[in-house]
Amino acid sequence: MSETHFEHTVNPSEPTHHSHTVVSPKVYALVFGALLVFTALTVYASGVELGVFNAVVALIIAVIKGTLVVLFFMHIKYSSKLVKLTICSGFFTLIVLLALTCTDYISRAWGLW
Amino acid sequence: MDSQTVIVPQSHAELEHEHSPHLHHHFANMGQQREASNFGMWLFLLTEIMFFGGMFTAYLIYRNWYYPAFVAGSHYMKMWAGTLNTVVLICSSFTMAMGVYSAEMRNRKNLIRYLSLTLILGFVFLGIKAYEWHNEWVEHHVPGLNFSINDFTHVDARYPTDKPLKVDMAEKTQIYFSLYFLLTGVHALHMVVGVSIIIFLIFTAWGGAYTTGHMNLIENFGLYWHFVDIVWIFLFPLLYLISRHQ
Repeated sequence: MSETHFEHTVNPSEPTHHSHTVVSPKVYALVFGALLVFTALTVYASGVELGVFNAVVALIIAVIKGTLVVLFFMHIKYSSKLVKLTICSGFFTLIVLLALTCTDYISRAWGLW
Repeated sequence: MDSQTVIVPQSHAELEHEHSPHLHHHFANMGQQREASNFGMWLFLLTEIMFFGGMFTAYLIYRNWYYPAFVAGSHYMKMWAGTLNTVVLICSSFTMAMGVYSAEMRNRKNLIRYLSLTLILGFVFLGIKAYEWHNEWVEHHVPGLNFSINDFTHVDARYPTDKPLKVDMAEKTQIYFSLYFLLTGVHALHMVVGVSIIIFLIFTAWGGAYTTGHMNLIENFGLYWHFVDIVWIFLFPLLYLISRHQ
């Protein structure tokens, strides 16, 4: 692996351990390249007739790109479990809100659409 | 992966875990201080995700309701401008990440260099966005201020296979453009706030504020900048790409 770990001496009973990783420029460059490749891919895919899957493919690529940014540029891959869990719960809440709103809209005019 | 390692310059005091001058009294050590600061920044970013999430939901629902209007509206997006802006923002995220790395390495010159590059790319993004908005004004696509359904009730030469919309559906293209201006406008507002903060950071970095072992501000600003990049990563396909093939 091309990153270094720094363990700060802390009370081991603490819920968060403050290890600190410095991500090397090589990792940043690889992620940067991947993001550009995915951008080219999504623009290319948008010109191909895939029916409803055009939107699906575009969103899957966007999710992959967003995940790469969060994990590497925003260092989440190297952060503590507390921060990871907080972010996961945040996205989970967003999905719950989205899903509940959509079920509401689908079911209000049931059979009319 | 190879075994390339990164050596962070640390002063004797820090290695010995003595009291750093940057440590606030209510934290046990620098690691805890840094973790608390990052955690707080992430909580703020989660509220931002909810904020943008609401607008994305509105877009999703209206797109399903007035699908033909949304398809017709998005055909007037400038593909080259959207793609170029995506590339510009990804580049700026990379330079920002390198800026955080430079602060970590305590390299003042590189930090200022990468922050300046990020600033320039931020202005390039806003410039291209302003060009697009101006163009939409010229084409009468700004709901409430300067809007005409003319483009949507007639066959456009660029999309000869597009059927012209009936007047009531053509009116609904205003909802597409309202959401377009809301989403890109709020995103651009975040960019304006971002570039303002970068200018402040460059000035303070000049005096060596972040290269002596305390860089929470640079790190947290980096998180903000990457977040704004992620919002655009989702805006680009939703507004420009998903109806392009039709």
